[in-house]
Amino acid sequence: MSEPAKPPRPRPVPVPDPETAPYWDAANEGRLLLQRCTRHGHRQLYPRPHCVVCRGPVEWEEASGRATVYSFTVIRQNMVRPFRDLLPYVVALVDLEEGPRLMTNIVDCEPDDVAVGAPVRVRFDEVTEGVRLPFFLLAGS
Amino acid sequence: MADGRRAVIAGVATSDYPNLPDMSEYQVHAQAAERALADAGLTFDDIDGYATVGFFPMYAVQLSEYLRLQPHWFDETNFGGASFEVLVEHAARAVEAGACDTVLVTYGSVQLSAMGRRLGTGGRGPAPSGPAAFDQLWGNTLVGSYALAARRHMHEFGTTSEQLAEIAVTMRTHAAFNPHAQYRDPITVHDVLGSRMIAEPLHMLDCCVISDGGGACVVTTEERARDLPKPPIHVLGAAHAMTHHMNVSAMPDMTVTAAARSGPLAFAHAGLTPADVDTAQLYDSFTITVLLTLEDLGFCGKGEGGAFVEGGRLRFDGALPTNTDGGGLSACHPGMRGMFLIVEAVRQLRGEAGATQVPDAKVAVAHGTGGMLSTGATLLLGTERP
Repeated sequence: MSEPAKPPRPRPVPVPDPETAPYWDAANEGRLLLQRCTRHGHRQLYPRPHCVVCRGPVEWEEASGRATVYSFTVIRQNMVRPFRDLLPYVVALVDLEEGPRLMTNIVDCEPDDVAVGAPVRVRFDEVTEGVRLPFFLLAGS
Repeated sequence: MADGRRAVIAGVATSDYPNLPDMSEYQVHAQAAERALADAGLTFDDIDGYATVGFFPMYAVQLSEYLRLQPHWFDETNFGGASFEVLVEHAARAVEAGACDTVLVTYGSVQLSAMGRRLGTGGRGPAPSGPAAFDQLWGNTLVGSYALAARRHMHEFGTTSEQLAEIAVTMRTHAAFNPHAQYRDPITVHDVLGSRMIAEPLHMLDCCVISDGGGACVVTTEERARDLPKPPIHVLGAAHAMTHHMNVSAMPDMTVTAAARSGPLAFAHAGLTPADVDTAQLYDSFTITVLLTLEDLGFCGKGEGGAFVEGGRLRFDGALPTNTDGGGLSACHPGMRGMFLIVEAVRQLRGEAGATQVPDAKVAVAHGTGGMLSTGATLLLGTERP
């Protein structure tokens, strides 16, 4: 590449709003939150004003951080910075043991070691100063 | 509905495609509109309803100004790639209800010339907020979303990359007969599996092409169509549904698309079953899109799509000729391909499909899929009055 090297571009960070700020603020503190229906216990993400099943009231609760891989892909082409500098990387949907499904990256692994159904656990990594996000690791790694 | 107001498609056309460096997207709309009206034996003066959708709001109003139309019925429902099936459904219901008599539906895009291949994997910009932020932080791509579905389908049902590749090979077989198709050289399953990996398990040749192009159709009443030149194509059934917006993490089951709801509704509306369908025009953004749609529309059971597409079943000379123009995988994909599905379905039903004509085709399904496997819209079209 003859193109002069550009400084690394930071990863995108969430712009919290009144509804999502508790989730992103907790992530910054290393805690993974979800919403629990106080009427029948259903857990959900992303946050909404009410339970999406029974429309009952919800409250925040801390998740265990344990999950299993529902599906994953190894991204091998993405022209968008900074991700083009991170290729290849694993994008996954993981099912928290409490129920909600999250998109994340499974990091610190060989892409070939990821499998549907694999157990994973959360780790909060700083992506830019003052912003930590919930990434996942293969359990046992 | 009043007698004679049953909705029919009286004219269809595609614009030039797939590479239009000297045209604006507005010119593509205009060219497609003029051709579809000529095909219908009508003029702009006959149009009192108009529908389109694009990337900007008030697009139908903008295009009405550009085309110098003064309709009194409009629609620009944005259902992503499935939009044009929805617009034709709405147009059909509008003419049947008497809200207007003749609706022009147009589509135009110069995605390839304007943006080039940088759009290739549908990467996203920064500043993620609200619900969308939950999926926007991880470098997922449009291809990646469909790859997540493909991987899950493989896990649950043992579907293979070879089976997905069969779909791409069949579309290329059809594209070879389409002089306008973007890619026409034959490919093999081996070629698909050997092409560059974009988002595992989807290879480059599992992905649609990026094109310029557009199309148009004219929806009117059976009575109005009676003295028009082309045989009317009846809108037998139509329905649409969604599972999620752009967050694939919100899709309840990544192996079940909105077609599982829109399909049965449309077939019930038409009083038909999948066994009645002579040719299928299915949105093929990716090979997995076709496989999931076949299952969800009921052409085979859930999980049976891999075996179903083997052995050339989707070829023009197979049991369910599918995407007989070469599809988005090989012929043309300007971003919202739904209009091309309708045009090809109508051409098949009129016997105008050339080398890939399905003998005596009487019923066609056109099914659009939009977003990140988010939306689905089914149209059942036929040569005979329902």
